[in-house]
Amino acid sequence: MKEGFRQAMAWLHTWIGLLFGWLLFAIFLTGTMSYFDAEISHWSQPEIPLRPLDSGASVELAQGYLQQHANAASRWFIGLPDERAPALSVMWQNPGKPGERGTFVRKLLDPQTGAEVQARKSLGGEFFYRFHFQLQMPYPWGRWLSTAAAMVMFVALISGIIIHKKIFKEFFTFRPRKGQRSWLDGHNALGVLILPFHLMITYSSLVIFMSMVMPVSILTSYGKDTQAFFNDLFPAANAAKAAGSPATLAPLRPMLAVAGEQWQGGRVGRLVVNNPGDANASVSFYRHGGDRVVHTPGTGLLFNGVTGELESESALHAAPLVIAGSFYGLHMGHFAGPLLRWLYFLCGIGGTAMIGTGLVMWLKKRSLKHAQTGVLPFELKLVQVLNIASMSGLMIAVASFFWANRLLSTGFAERSGWEVNVFFISWGVTLLHALVRPGRSAWREQLGLGSLLFVGIPVINALTSDYGLTVSIPQGDWAMAGVDLTSLAVGVFLGWAALKTFVGVGLPAIAVGQTKRVKPIAGKPAPTAHEVH
Amino acid sequence: MVCPLGKKRVVRSKVGAPSASYRLAVISRVLAAIFAGYLLAALTSICAAQWLPMPRAEAVVTGMMLSFLAYLVAVLWCFACRTAWQAWVGLLLPSALLGAGFAVGRWLL
Repeated sequence: MKEGFRQAMAWLHTWIGLLFGWLLFAIFLTGTMSYFDAEISHWSQPEIPLRPLDSGASVELAQGYLQQHANAASRWFIGLPDERAPALSVMWQNPGKPGERGTFVRKLLDPQTGAEVQARKSLGGEFFYRFHFQLQMPYPWGRWLSTAAAMVMFVALISGIIIHKKIFKEFFTFRPRKGQRSWLDGHNALGVLILPFHLMITYSSLVIFMSMVMPVSILTSYGKDTQAFFNDLFPAANAAKAAGSPATLAPLRPMLAVAGEQWQGGRVGRLVVNNPGDANASVSFYRHGGDRVVHTPGTGLLFNGVTGELESESALHAAPLVIAGSFYGLHMGHFAGPLLRWLYFLCGIGGTAMIGTGLVMWLKKRSLKHAQTGVLPFELKLVQVLNIASMSGLMIAVASFFWANRLLSTGFAERSGWEVNVFFISWGVTLLHALVRPGRSAWREQLGLGSLLFVGIPVINALTSDYGLTVSIPQGDWAMAGVDLTSLAVGVFLGWAALKTFVGVGLPAIAVGQTKRVKPIAGKPAPTAHEVH
Repeated sequence: MVCPLGKKRVVRSKVGAPSASYRLAVISRVLAAIFAGYLLAALTSICAAQWLPMPRAEAVVTGMMLSFLAYLVAVLWCFACRTAWQAWVGLLLPSALLGAGFAVGRWLL
């Protein structure tokens, strides 16, 4: 490979990595957390009780509740509890005025009693999941920006691979406590070790939003009738209109049993009842996402809502649709059991850390020149401030969200919105703090505060609720305990990182001393192309 | 040794700061990568949707999935080629060919 080509790729990798690194760090961190979104939601709404799973009884209770409270609705949605999300969720859509979509109402039920659960209002894991791809921006701008960031990530990954001449040799090269070199080695090791994960997660994020960002081929193939494309993709979504004459809805529980037989023991994830109480009622059963890798929204079993008979089954068979659905499913990881879910989480942390090490390295390399004066020029100071706020600041913001969840009064009407406000306010404060404090002190103070906040999460949980570790572990509530214990581990890690700032990582003056010591030891004559970062 | 972004890079090391023409060339490459790259990717998707011997929905999905690979190669090209002009020509020429191919298939065949 020509040296000029590799250098051009190094230039590209360096600069797009810098410009999008801060955003990608936040996307990767919140995305990583989203692999445990249900567990975080369980932690943030501990009032929802854990019950033994019985989908038949749940469906019966949901039908009873909806017939009582939403008899006139145009659609019902029932989400069955599973081992990750304990609540039985019911939602209905009120009939809209002509030309308007009806409003949705959602309630969480106790799957044992069928009574509404009075849980504290909180977005929980849903907040981090939504932020991951909507970035708290109005529709559709956040989705566009995150997809653009994904495309940049794709380019950065491939250019990163091109830069590396000896991808495997370098993987086994780690030079700890060598300043700049250690960061580079760590960046490379993180990148190469989980390269399949990086490629899968980045490309699949483009596939997930492909019909939004690359829609011209739908227009050229389908003309103005773009809905026809989605009907071809998701055939079960076509529901008949209401007949207008009333009819009693058949019981849902026997249909659930038929669905279980049809899928040979597969689980039902959710069901949709169209036009309940109408002669044209229909019921769609959708399979649980944990049953298989391929994500196939809209394929399922369709029952006649009045006779209760199975009418049709739709499934995906066409190879391109299965491939696209597989990328979608691999990205979301709904199919993953506990072990694989932790592996996803660790890979996500690896990706986040790869982005973080890249950002740190960019600045360290360029601040070497200013080691004598110790004063960074404006553009380097700007990068430093953004590095600090986007990494340690974000950690503080995440921890603050959890603290707000336990400290805001459960009866406070706006609490769910205020949890989000606390997240962004504390993130903003860390930005101001990074602006006014010298770089190294800002790192140390923010990492230290982040450490205290994360270590404090299990403490505040035990103090303010009845679901602390001394309760959750004996009860076997591992989702609750897992969030507490993971927070503890994160807090310990941040504390370790804060201590490291005392021994010279990140300080220009010491970094210079280190490179002088390093060069003879490493025995490398001059930096080669792959070190041009 | 060939410098990363063409010969203009040399100017930088003499003066200490990038020259105006170097900066313009970088901006030009960035614009080519974003917009001409998107154009090439979009044309790849509509040509695939038209030419692939599959049912309509499948061809569309395949085209969309391929388009991101085209985008990737287009962006890499914009920063690998020797001059900013080459970046534009290297993307607009294949775009024109794909566009012509699509138009012929759609309206003439």
